[in-house]
Amino acid sequence: MKKRLLILPLLLALLLPCLVFPAAAASNEITVYNWGQYISDGSDGYVDVIEEFEAETGIKVHYLTYDSNESLYTKLKTGGSTYDVIIPSDYMIGRLIAEDMLEPLNFDNIPNYRYVDEAFKNQAYDPENRYSVPYTWGTVGVIYNTKYVDEDDVGGWDLLWNSKYAGKILMFDNCRDAFAIAESLLGYSLNTQDPTELRSCASLLSEQKPILQGHVMDQIYDKMIREEAWIAPYYAGDYLYMLEENEDLGFYFPEEGFNVFIDAACIPKGCTNQEGAEAFINFLCKPEICGENLEYLGYSAPISEAKNYMDPEVAESEIAYPSDEVLANSESFSALDLETSQLMDSLWLSVKTSGSDTTGYLIAGAALLLAAIALTVILKLHRRRKLARRGISRRTNQA
Amino acid sequence: MKSKRLLAPYVAWMTVFTLIPLGVVIYYAFTDSITGQFTFANLSNLSTYLPIFLRSIFLSLASAAICLVIGYPVAYTIAQANPKWQRFLSMLVMLPMCMSFLLRTLAWVAMLEDTGIINRVVSSLGLKPLPLIRNSGAVILGMVYNYLPYMITPLYTVIMKIDPRLIEAAQDLGCDHKRVFTKVILPLSVPGIISGITMVFVPAVSTFYISQKLGSTGTTMIGDVIESQFKTAYNPNLGAALSLVMMILIFICIGFMNRFTDSEEEGVVTP
Repeated sequence: MKKRLLILPLLLALLLPCLVFPAAAASNEITVYNWGQYISDGSDGYVDVIEEFEAETGIKVHYLTYDSNESLYTKLKTGGSTYDVIIPSDYMIGRLIAEDMLEPLNFDNIPNYRYVDEAFKNQAYDPENRYSVPYTWGTVGVIYNTKYVDEDDVGGWDLLWNSKYAGKILMFDNCRDAFAIAESLLGYSLNTQDPTELRSCASLLSEQKPILQGHVMDQIYDKMIREEAWIAPYYAGDYLYMLEENEDLGFYFPEEGFNVFIDAACIPKGCTNQEGAEAFINFLCKPEICGENLEYLGYSAPISEAKNYMDPEVAESEIAYPSDEVLANSESFSALDLETSQLMDSLWLSVKTSGSDTTGYLIAGAALLLAAIALTVILKLHRRRKLARRGISRRTNQA
Repeated sequence: MKSKRLLAPYVAWMTVFTLIPLGVVIYYAFTDSITGQFTFANLSNLSTYLPIFLRSIFLSLASAAICLVIGYPVAYTIAQANPKWQRFLSMLVMLPMCMSFLLRTLAWVAMLEDTGIINRVVSSLGLKPLPLIRNSGAVILGMVYNYLPYMITPLYTVIMKIDPRLIEAAQDLGCDHKRVFTKVILPLSVPGIISGITMVFVPAVSTFYISQKLGSTGTTMIGDVIESQFKTAYNPNLGAALSLVMMILIFICIGFMNRFTDSEEEGVVTP
C-alpha cells in the first residue's frame, strides 16, 4: 500500500510537466508547410527568413516542405498532422475554400497586408480576400540548355515533344501543370472542364512519354544544373535560381500561352496557433523581408515596395516581371469542380502508367506463369511417382 | 494454459496493427471515394492496371532469380568457410543494409545516369555515353542490389545446418562432387531457396522507389501507382483496391512456392 501511495505522486510529478509544457509551448510554436526550395534560408549571404522571424517574435518555427499542391492537399486530407501556415497555389486555395479546409484570417493581426498590391487582391480563387495573403506570383515557361538545344527549335511548347532531344526532356510531375501544357498546345483554355478536351490532352501527354527522361518536381534543379537533362518546363522564378548555378541555361515564354500563378499563405483548419501563424504571414509581407526573400527565390513579388530592397537587376528582370504585353498571353488557373478534378486525376494516372512495352511484358508474364504451373505439375507427378515407388518398396520390406 | 497466455501480447498486437488495418483496407477497397457507398468500381477497372501488375511480377521474379544465381554460391562458400570467418563474412553481407535504402538507390542513380560516374569515364575515353539508366535492366539491378542480403541470409542458414554426415555418407556410397551437390546439398537447401525467393520477391513486387529513380516513364510498377494514390491523386479507395489485389497475388505466389517445399521435405531424412 505504502509503496503504491509513493508511486502515485511520483507519477503525477512525472506527468505534470507533460501536461503543462505542450500548452505553454504551443503558444510559442508554429508549423509552416511550404514548397521545397521556397524560402530564403540564409545561404549565399541572403536573409534567413525563419531565423529573423524567430528572433523578432520569439515564436519557434517548425518548417516542412512538400513538392506539389496535390501532395499538400492529400496531406491535409488524410490528417494526422497539424500545420499552421501553408502556401498553396491559386487553384488549390479555391479547392480548399470550397471544401471548407481553410480558416478565415484575422487581418487585424496582419497589418502589413496593406503593402500588397491591389492587382493581387480580390482574385477569383478568394474573391472576398478572407483566406489568403499573396506570397509570390510567377509564370511557367521552358528552361533549356543553350549548349545542346538548337535555337531554331525553341519558341513553343512543342520543344517538349521534339524527339531530337529524347531522354533529355523533363516534365512536371503534377497533373494540373502538365495538363496546362497540353491545353496550351491544343489551344484549349487552361481551365477547361470539357471531358473530351481533357482526354485529348491526356493522349498528347501519353505520346510524349517515350521521349521523356522522367516526371519530376524538385529534382529538376539538380538535373538541369548538372546537365543530366536539357529541357524542362518550370516556374520562371526557379529558372533565375538555376541560372546562378549554370549560366548556360536559357528560358522563354512559349508562344502558345502559359500559366500565371499566385501562391498565397493560408491557415488550414485545425491549426493550433492561429495568432502565431498570422504573425508569420505578417512578417512575410514586410517589404524588406519580402524583397530579400524573393530576390533569393527569383519569384515575383506581389508587393511593389519590396522591389526597393532588391538588387535592381532582379527587380527589373524581364523574366520575373514580364511586361503586360507578354502577360497578355498568360492565363491563371481557377479551381475545377470535383468531377473534373477526379477525371483529371484518373487521366493523369493513365498517362503515367501507360507503358510503351506492354505486350512484351504480357507475353513474358504469361510465359512465366505457365512455366510455374508446369513446374508444379511436374514436381507433383514426380513426387507421386516417388511415393508410389517407396510405397512398393515399403510393402516388399514388410513382406 | 500458460503458453496461451504468453501469446496474448502478440495476439493483441496482431489485432490492433494487422487485422483491423486489413479490415480498413478491405472496407476502402469496396467503397466509393466521394459518397462512401459500397461499390465494385474500384476493383472492376483493375484490368487497366493488369500490364503494370504483370510488369511488377516479371521484374521482381527476374530479380529474385538473379539474386538466387548470385546468392547461392556466396551462401554456399560462407557456409563452407571456417566458423571464425563465417561470422565475419555474414556480417559483410549484411553491412549494406545498415545504410538507408533510399541512399543506396540514389547512389546507383549517381553512378548510372548520363552524366554519372560510369558515363563520365566512358566519355573521357571518347565513347558515347551508355544507356545505363531508365530501363528495366536498371530497375532489376537496383532490386538485386537492395534485396540480395535477403536471399543470402536464409540460404546460408539452411546450408550451414546440413548434416555433414549426410555428405560423407553420399561420398562413401560413391557419389562424386557433382552428384553430392545435386543429390544431397541442393535438395536439402530447397527450404532456404524458397524462403530466399519469397523474401526477395515480396518486397520487390511492391517496391516503389527504385522504379521511380532507376526506371523510365515506361517501367512504372504497381507500388508507384499505389503510392501516387495516397500521395498526390488522393484516391485511397483505388489505392486500397490495388493493395488488396497485390496482397492476393502475393499470397498466390507464395502458395505456389510453398508447394515446392512440401514436395521436397518428404524426401528429407530426419535423423
